[in-house]
Amino acid sequence: MIVVNTEHVPGHDIVELKGLVQGNTIRAKHLGRDIGASLKNLVGGELTGYTELLTESRRQAMERMMQQASQLGANAILNVRFTTSSVAAGAAELYAYGTAVVVAPKLNR
Amino acid sequence: MEGLFDVLFSFSGILFLVALIGIGYLVGSGRERRHFSDLEERDRRHADFPVYDIDFIPPGMIPTNGELVMGQVVIAADYFKTFLSSWRTLVGGEMKSFVRMTERGKAEARLRMIEEARGKGARAVINVRFETSEIGGNVQVNQGRAMSEVLCYGTAIFD
Repeated sequence: MIVVNTEHVPGHDIVELKGLVQGNTIRAKHLGRDIGASLKNLVGGELTGYTELLTESRRQAMERMMQQASQLGANAILNVRFTTSSVAAGAAELYAYGTAVVVAPKLNR
Repeated sequence: MEGLFDVLFSFSGILFLVALIGIGYLVGSGRERRHFSDLEERDRRHADFPVYDIDFIPPGMIPTNGELVMGQVVIAADYFKTFLSSWRTLVGGEMKSFVRMTERGKAEARLRMIEEARGKGARAVINVRFETSEIGGNVQVNQGRAMSEVLCYGTAIFD
């Protein structure tokens, strides 16, 4: 599955549009990480626990989006966008969406 | 007797706060300096790698494929800065200490994206976007803490 956030896949032609696909997840930070983060807040700097949490969650949202695309018979997703919002205190929604398409490598190369 | 206890108690509370702010200032500013010099060094190393936020293939390149690359980071302000910011909101103006924090976040996320792209053998990254998220509050003081959560993503193009 080719996933890009441009409107074309470099070196490929769009053969067929399959439609909008999306994936989302809502993740809560857990207490252990929260306590670690509070300690880190004293001295500042990267909160590795939160970074990992966001990375994992975003990957999951993307995987759900890709699953939807392959169900539609697409082999690429174009123009992927990410949005996030906080649903409740300490919980974040991570949402990924894009357009599922069928692409083929350019012939005249 | 009770009054004396109250005075002692509040005094130790203030002392504790001052200690936290002091540790935050001493350790936090040192870490910030080291982080900035690390960012500068990595920026120099990747200075020749083209990164654009345009949505077309840069002239002169004929890529065969593309792939999404991203970098993300959560950076927190230290206790000293959080304390300063609470005073800053009284008088208004630019919050320089938070500007430096968000700068660190943006640069770190961007460099992680570039490093991922280079690791995969990409020629350039196009259509770069920055996004901020809110797991602990987005550059706002939330339960006495301030943090900046940045996602930087783009399409790596390959020859």
